[in-house]
Amino acid sequence: MTAVTIPLLIPLLATSIVSLGWADMLIIVIYFLLVLAIGWYLMHYTKTGEDFFLAGRKMTMWIAGLAFISANLGSLELMGWAASAYQYGILATHWYWIGAIPAMLFLGIIMMPFYYISKTHSVPGYLKLRYGESSRMLAAISFAFMTVLMSGVNMFAMALVMKVVIGWDINVSIWISSITVMVYVVLGGLLSAIFNEVLQFMLIWFGALLVPIIGLVEVGGWSGMVAKIHQNFPHGDYTHLWSTLGSFKDNPMGIQWIGIVFGLGFVISFGYWTTDFLVVQRVLSAKDLRSAKMAPIIGSAFKMMVPFIVILPGLLGLAVMPGLVGQNQAAVTGAQSYNEILPLMMARYLGPGLLGLGVTALIAGFMSGMAGNVTAFSTVWTYDIYKPIHLAVSKRERPDAHYVRIGRWATFVGVIISIGTAYLVQDAASIMDYVQALFSFFIAPLFGTVILGMLWKRATAAGGFWGLLAGTVSSVGMWVWVRIDPSALAIIAGSPDAKAMAEDMYRGLWSWIICVVVTVIVSYATQPKPESELVGLVRGCTELPSEGHLPLTKRPIFWAGLVLAAFIVLQIIFW
Amino acid sequence: MADEKLNSNPKEKEPSERISIWFFIGAVLFVYGIIIFIASLPGVSGSEGAQHVALAGLHAGIWWGALLVVLGAVYVVIFRPGKEKN
Repeated sequence: MTAVTIPLLIPLLATSIVSLGWADMLIIVIYFLLVLAIGWYLMHYTKTGEDFFLAGRKMTMWIAGLAFISANLGSLELMGWAASAYQYGILATHWYWIGAIPAMLFLGIIMMPFYYISKTHSVPGYLKLRYGESSRMLAAISFAFMTVLMSGVNMFAMALVMKVVIGWDINVSIWISSITVMVYVVLGGLLSAIFNEVLQFMLIWFGALLVPIIGLVEVGGWSGMVAKIHQNFPHGDYTHLWSTLGSFKDNPMGIQWIGIVFGLGFVISFGYWTTDFLVVQRVLSAKDLRSAKMAPIIGSAFKMMVPFIVILPGLLGLAVMPGLVGQNQAAVTGAQSYNEILPLMMARYLGPGLLGLGVTALIAGFMSGMAGNVTAFSTVWTYDIYKPIHLAVSKRERPDAHYVRIGRWATFVGVIISIGTAYLVQDAASIMDYVQALFSFFIAPLFGTVILGMLWKRATAAGGFWGLLAGTVSSVGMWVWVRIDPSALAIIAGSPDAKAMAEDMYRGLWSWIICVVVTVIVSYATQPKPESELVGLVRGCTELPSEGHLPLTKRPIFWAGLVLAAFIVLQIIFW
Repeated sequence: MADEKLNSNPKEKEPSERISIWFFIGAVLFVYGIIIFIASLPGVSGSEGAQHVALAGLHAGIWWGALLVVLGAVYVVIFRPGKEKN
């Protein structure tokens, strides 16, 4: 999930925030050469469709788990949430903890067995097996369209960031970064994307980790940082996670605990982490069921630590760099914006070489996110859109190599469309807001459709399709309603004080409820599939492999319990 | 685009054992560590370099560069080709 407050309209400053020396440039150049070399090297190991689209289903739990988390850890995610932490304080951490951890554990323990045992190659592919062709096609077309559009929007935003941070020309950033991603994905498919995502994950950590460490030294540790924030902002509470969520008016985010728990923690989070193919695809590459179950659990443990390199720099910024303003005010006054708090903190603490590693972390984040979009698009296009249409028209199956070739072309075309979208956004920046919202339209109802399909054997093909359609259409309808009549916000989000993030949460919650209600009603009115056709797809019809013979430390449920316990302890500590 | 025939040729020679991703990561951390360490040396002598950053006296580049070199070397040795697979 990308921060809603990503720096959409960063003012084009005359000078860049940081200037790079020879060591910094050398580190960046080596990074580009390495990711291309990895793609070229892995081309020799990418032969079949399973290799290209699912990395041969040979990944260990660690590789799949780190790729799972890395595909989500885009640079806009890093910069956007660091900025949100400066704007809203520690509340931004909810998007990393309650907005991710429970859903990731649920994916690993409850949902992954069905994704994996069904041998599906994609989430729309699961819908085909469970509900039929119409649900698959609706999900696939929506996903492919939105994924490639999101990729382009992120590409432009990233190019803008690079211009502001290091002064690179926007065109250079767009073309060099996207062509690099295209080359290594075309060559090595998901295998290459996953290898690079693990590399990128490590570089993000080693590039960004020094900022909070040195920052904490400067302010005198956590307590020193809290004291300085209170000194700088005596009328705001920026360091409590839950205690200010009793009312919309008590916190700078304009959100209430119900929206956080049910909107973010349940619908939006579960929708994204369990049904967005961009992340689920990484887990499907695991070598066996236990690895597939462990991958999201490993990912969740690392996700829980990400606030240390994202949220903490934003909070440290409140302590050591008070006075940063919002982007609109920055554009008028020429002051620095908190949207650039992460590179500003890098420039504050990182010397020669380290700065290059920090900038490489931002570039790596962008590339991992883009490769995630592109590989997911390529798979869904090839298997869920092209293949069924081709079969329906030509009435003949094609060899596996044909689909690998189509996948490579889809990667190429997907990147070109993304570049086109990036330039479209350059001319009409408001498109960015719309695309962000559009993406959220589909996620919440899709979660309703998938979860009912997995857990309720009475759900029918018609129920799944009409539920998904009703949920998506109602989500779009609510968004349009508020744009036409702003007073409708009080009806949808429960308060006229609700901010954009709160509106997203409640719209997601409503569209999920509508999807579930319609699915249930239509399912009871239509004929269900016989249970024999639901084996491997639905809980209650599928015998899951027992883990009783495994020692405790090898059971996914044990590690999920540990992560959950750590999650609860963190909520209490930062309450 | 890759040649379709390449992918469908059953007689094609199987590639050798794949190098672990951890080897690549170790190698790049090792190289980055050396670069950062060398680039940070002028800051230690006080002649030039990282003096403009906050807490420059910590010489973060020196010990972070050294840490990367050690960590990278360990990964390269453990996951060198022929030893482990990912």
